[in-house]
Amino acid sequence: MTIKTKLFLMLPLIGMLSCGKAKNEDKGTEDKATAATSVTIKGSDTVLPLAQKEAEEMMKTNPEVSVTIVGGGTGVGVTALLDGTTDIAMASRDLKTEEKLKFSEAKKEIEKVTVAFDALAIIVNPANKVGQLTREQLEKIYTGEIKNWKEVGGEDAKIVAYSRESSSGTYEFFKEEVMDKKNYASDILSMPATGAIVQAVSQTKGAIGYVGLAYETKEVKQLSVSYDQGKTFVAPSVASAKDKSYPISRPLFYIFDKVNAAKVKAVVDFALSPEGQKIVSEVGYVPLN
Amino acid sequence: MLSSAATSITVVLIVFFLFIEGAGVFTKKPIEEGFLLAVHSTNPIQKLEPSQVKDIFDQKITNWKQLGGKNEPIVLFRTEDITEFYSEAELGENFEHFPAKIDEYVSKTPGVIAFFSDKYKAKNFHGKELEINKIKIFEFLSGEEWFPTAQPIAQMGVKALIYGTLWVSFGAILLALPIGLAAAIYLSEIARKRTRNILKPLIELLAGIPSVVYGFFGLVVIVPLIQSVFGLPVGETGLAGSIVLAIMALPTIITISEDAMRTTPRAMKEASLALGASHWQTIYKVTIPYSASGITAGAILGIGRAIGETMAVLMVTGNAAIIPHTLLAPLRTIPATIAAELGEAANGGLHYQSLFALGCILFLITFCINMLVELVTNRGSHKKH
Repeated sequence: MTIKTKLFLMLPLIGMLSCGKAKNEDKGTEDKATAATSVTIKGSDTVLPLAQKEAEEMMKTNPEVSVTIVGGGTGVGVTALLDGTTDIAMASRDLKTEEKLKFSEAKKEIEKVTVAFDALAIIVNPANKVGQLTREQLEKIYTGEIKNWKEVGGEDAKIVAYSRESSSGTYEFFKEEVMDKKNYASDILSMPATGAIVQAVSQTKGAIGYVGLAYETKEVKQLSVSYDQGKTFVAPSVASAKDKSYPISRPLFYIFDKVNAAKVKAVVDFALSPEGQKIVSEVGYVPLN
Repeated sequence: MLSSAATSITVVLIVFFLFIEGAGVFTKKPIEEGFLLAVHSTNPIQKLEPSQVKDIFDQKITNWKQLGGKNEPIVLFRTEDITEFYSEAELGENFEHFPAKIDEYVSKTPGVIAFFSDKYKAKNFHGKELEINKIKIFEFLSGEEWFPTAQPIAQMGVKALIYGTLWVSFGAILLALPIGLAAAIYLSEIARKRTRNILKPLIELLAGIPSVVYGFFGLVVIVPLIQSVFGLPVGETGLAGSIVLAIMALPTIITISEDAMRTTPRAMKEASLALGASHWQTIYKVTIPYSASGITAGAILGIGRAIGETMAVLMVTGNAAIIPHTLLAPLRTIPATIAAELGEAANGGLHYQSLFALGCILFLITFCINMLVELVTNRGSHKKH
C-alpha cells in the first residue's frame, strides 16, 4: 500500500522533471536560432501569402534565418520601415511621393526589389453577353455614370457593381489605376473578401466585380480590357500579365533599407531564386520571367 | 457585491473610453492632418464644403463658375503630380526645391486647386489656402455620404449607416419576435416532454454556430433565394440581413422565454383551468403575463445580438452606404462598417475616431431600445396588479 502511494507521488514528480528537461532543450535550439539572423517582414496583405509561403520554404533549407511576417497593408509596412521596426516592407504599390520625401528626410537610402506581379481580372456572370470593356467604361460603371448593361453593348439589365472594402489594397489600386483616382459611387456594393465577390458575381446576373488573377474559376467570366479607347482588348492571363500587354497589373515589392542589405540578403535572394519564383506561381501571382 | 461593482465599473469605463475616442472626431478637420488645399491668389473662392471638394476631385465640377467663381476650368494638383511638370533634377536630389516648385506651379496656374502637405508650403507661398471647417455633430449625423478614406477630404456622413442599422434590426425583430414567442409557447405549454427534450437542445445548438457560418449560409442560400423570389437585380439586401439576424436571435429569444414560461407556478395555471378557462386562455391570460419580464429579457438579448452583429451582416447586406427606402435594397450597417474598417484605420486618426463615434451611436440606439422595452414592461406589470 505504502509503496503504491509512493509510486503515485513519484509519477507527477517524474513528469515534471521530464517536462523541465524538454523545455531546457527547446530553449537551447531557440537560442541558436536567434544567434543567427532574424528578419521581420511587414506590409501589404496582397504580398502576405507569398511572403509566408516563401519564408516557410526558406526556413526549411536555411534554418539559420528566422523570419517573422506581419500584414497590415502597404502603408503600415512603409511606416514601419521608416521607423526601423521592420527590416523589409512588403508593398503592392510604388512608394508615394510623400513617402519618398519622408525617407529622404530621415536620410534613409532604400532599395526596392520586384518579387512578383499581380493582375486584377474584371469578372462578370457567365450569362452576361458583354465580353470586353474599355477603361473609360469601367470607370463610368464604378463611378455610377453607366447603370445599365445596354449602355456597353449588353442586355437591358441593371449593372450591379461589386468592390472590395476600403481597407483592401486592391480597392485603392483599382481606384488609382482604373478609376483615375475618382471616388467609387455610393451604391457600389462592397464585400469583405475576394471569395465573397466571386460567389456574389456567380449568382447575380447583372454583376461585375474585380478579383486577383489567382481567383480564376468557372463560375465567373473574365472580361478583356482595353486601355486605348477600344482599339485593342487584352484578356487577363498569366501570359499577358507577364509580357505587360494586360494593363491592370501591378508589381509587388520588397523594400528595405540599404544599411540592412546584408541582413535581408537571404530572404530577397530566395524570393528571386527559381524556387521562390515557383512559389509565386503556386500562390497565384505572376512570376518575374 | 464586489463582482457586480467591478462589472459596473468596467462597463462605465468602456463607455467612457468609447465616448472620449468618439468625441475626438469633432475636434478635427476632415482633411488629412498636416495637409492643405490651396488655390491661386486671384481666385475669389474663400472656402469649400467637403462635398464640393469631393466633386471637384471626382471631376464632376470642372469649372470655378459652378462654385460662384470666375469662368476658369479647374486644374487638379496632387503632390505626386509634381513629377509631371518638373524633372527629378529640378526638384533636387533630396527634394529640397520641392516647396519652391509647388509655389511656382500654383502661382502660374490660375485655375489650380492644389492638395499637398504643409511641410512643402514655401515660406512666402503665393497661393491662397482654403479654409476648412471642423466636422460638426449635425453634419456628421445628417451627411449622406460615407467616404472616410477619400482624398483630399473625407466624407463623414453617417445618416445612411444609421438608417441601414435601424432597417435591418427592425426587420429582424419583426421576424424573430413572433416566431420566437410562438416557438417558446409551443415548447413550454403544448409540446410533449419527449418532443421538447429533442427540440430544445437543437434550438440551443443554433446559438453555438459561429456568425461567419450564418453569414456564409446567408450569402449562398438566402441571397439567391431573395433574388429569385422578388425578381431583384441583386440579392444582397437588407431583407437578407434581417432573415439571417432573425435566425441568429431566435435561440436566445426562445430559450429565455421558454425558461421564463416554465416557471409559472402550476397552482396558477390549474386555478385558471379550474375556473373554466381554456388552454389558450390560460396561456395568454396567465402564463404570458406572469413570465413577461423573462420574455422581455429574452427579446432584449436577442435584439441586442441582432443590432450588434457584424460578420453575418457584413456578408449578406451588400454594404452599399446609401439611404435605404426599402428592405429590398443593399444597405450598410454600423457594426459592419466598424468591423470592415477599424483594421485599416490609423490609431488616433480621424477615420479611427469616426468609427468610435459610430460605436457611440450604436450604443445609444441599443440603450434607447432597452429603456423603451423596460418602460413598456414596467407599465404592463403595474396594470396587472
